[in-house]
Amino acid sequence: MKPYRELISRTVSKLEPSGIRKYFDLLDSMEDVVSLTVGQPDFVTPWHIRVAGIESLEEGRTYYTSNSGLLALRESISRYLHRRFGLTYAPDSEITVTVGGSEAIDSAVRAVVNPGDEVIIPVPCFVCYEPIVRLAGGVPVLLETTAENGFKLSPDALRAAITERTKLLILPFPNNPTGAILDRDDLEAIADVIRGTDVLILSDEIYAELTYGGRHVSVASIDGMRERTILASGFSKAYAMTGWRLGYVCAPREISKEIFKIHQYAIMCAPTTSQYAAIEALENGDSDIEMMRSEYDRRRRYIVDGLNSIGLHCGTPEGAFYVWAQVGRFGLPCEKFCERLLYEAGVAIVPGTAFGACGEGFARISYAYSVSHIDKALHKIEGFVKSL
Amino acid sequence: MNEILHLIENDAHLTTEQIAVMLGKETGDVRELIERCEKDGVILGYRAVIDWDKTDREYCTAFIEIKITPQRDRGFDRIAERIYRYPEVKSLYLMSGGYDLACIIEGRTMKEVAYFVAQKLAPLEDVVSTATHFVLRKYKSDGIVFGAVTEDLRGCDFI
Repeated sequence: MKPYRELISRTVSKLEPSGIRKYFDLLDSMEDVVSLTVGQPDFVTPWHIRVAGIESLEEGRTYYTSNSGLLALRESISRYLHRRFGLTYAPDSEITVTVGGSEAIDSAVRAVVNPGDEVIIPVPCFVCYEPIVRLAGGVPVLLETTAENGFKLSPDALRAAITERTKLLILPFPNNPTGAILDRDDLEAIADVIRGTDVLILSDEIYAELTYGGRHVSVASIDGMRERTILASGFSKAYAMTGWRLGYVCAPREISKEIFKIHQYAIMCAPTTSQYAAIEALENGDSDIEMMRSEYDRRRRYIVDGLNSIGLHCGTPEGAFYVWAQVGRFGLPCEKFCERLLYEAGVAIVPGTAFGACGEGFARISYAYSVSHIDKALHKIEGFVKSL
Repeated sequence: MNEILHLIENDAHLTTEQIAVMLGKETGDVRELIERCEKDGVILGYRAVIDWDKTDREYCTAFIEIKITPQRDRGFDRIAERIYRYPEVKSLYLMSGGYDLACIIEGRTMKEVAYFVAQKLAPLEDVVSTATHFVLRKYKSDGIVFGAVTEDLRGCDFI
């Protein structure tokens, strides 16, 4: 047999695993680290939602559901999207229940991207888009957002990036790792650029429920955008359900039926237990969202104030649960800064370059932790920063 | 105001500075509000939640249903006061339903609690009857689960 490297798909073998190996190896080797790295809620799924999952098991609901997901769940999703964001999606033809937001993103990209198609990705952003686009044969076009712009997508930069090969614009807002959001005005300006083109939009709204200024606005609710928008979202962040692996993708019927084919052949259906739990979440979980959102909001103010007062400057994130802190001013590359912070102070944060080269000078700090945990980390970071 | 009260009800350790930062308010305003709540008796005290089972202290808790004859002028208040003045009484509630007062008593031993009920509570003039239920195990109290695991169970990958 040939060596493995010759047998593996060339596209796949060219992909890098996520993260910065050296840093995360060091992290793995250390004990008693105060970590601010985790990208998932610290809340346990609310009990009434867990009970719905447990009861479905007790009742023997252990079979596949229909490929696109339980109709009752798709109906709940449809009502929820209308209630919370004013969107209208038909449960029977425009919604597919997926294995997390991740599958929603993957199947959406695969459904629309032909080899050679360009996909515009505002960066820094969640690490999955670029590899997924490459796997689909697409060409990622990275569009850097900047601190001066509050890490929002600039309409002018977008206009300049669109070519005749542009197939898709990914809108990852509220953004991981920057915490930036796009409000209605921002979206209107982007819509003005997109209108009249053939560019489709993949809007990753997994953090839609975690905004702190005003309510999240979906690009699909902007005039003329629904027809070209694929909305990917899920239960992980809004309801603290990361381990249940459940999301959904909504799109106009013609796109939806193509996404559905990929889902049908690759996945069959999303986990049945999770689907029953998700119905309970959507029908009776609005107050859970509010409880968690206000808790994140308090932590957000607390950590932003704390970081700025110890000289680790950061803007105030308006969504998600991350702070994108400027570590560049200490004269160290961000990986070095994070390595030394870990080694010398026992605090772990994620070097900005884990989100691509444009993350140099920054670090992602998660506040999905209790205030006392954040406090402990802040004290240690303060000591470290003073020692520089 | 309620947001501040909820915060300190949950964690009385928070300083006024911390609360102010978390809520985006002025420290002075938070301090003033808390002081006013203390003065007005909205905030009655600050205390720790202790799992005594993890210490060598011996104690015994009982839940007592009390039926009483209400008095013409003062209803239940006077007899309630007669009961809650005993330091052994940790909590006392006026109830709807099959009995009138629910009383939580704490003593060192079962014998001590039984003695208290028999000698102090039952003989009170307006007490018609008592039913004593001893607590065998405390699972949750004031929203706090006793013996809960607080370990961070999240996978540690950053994405």
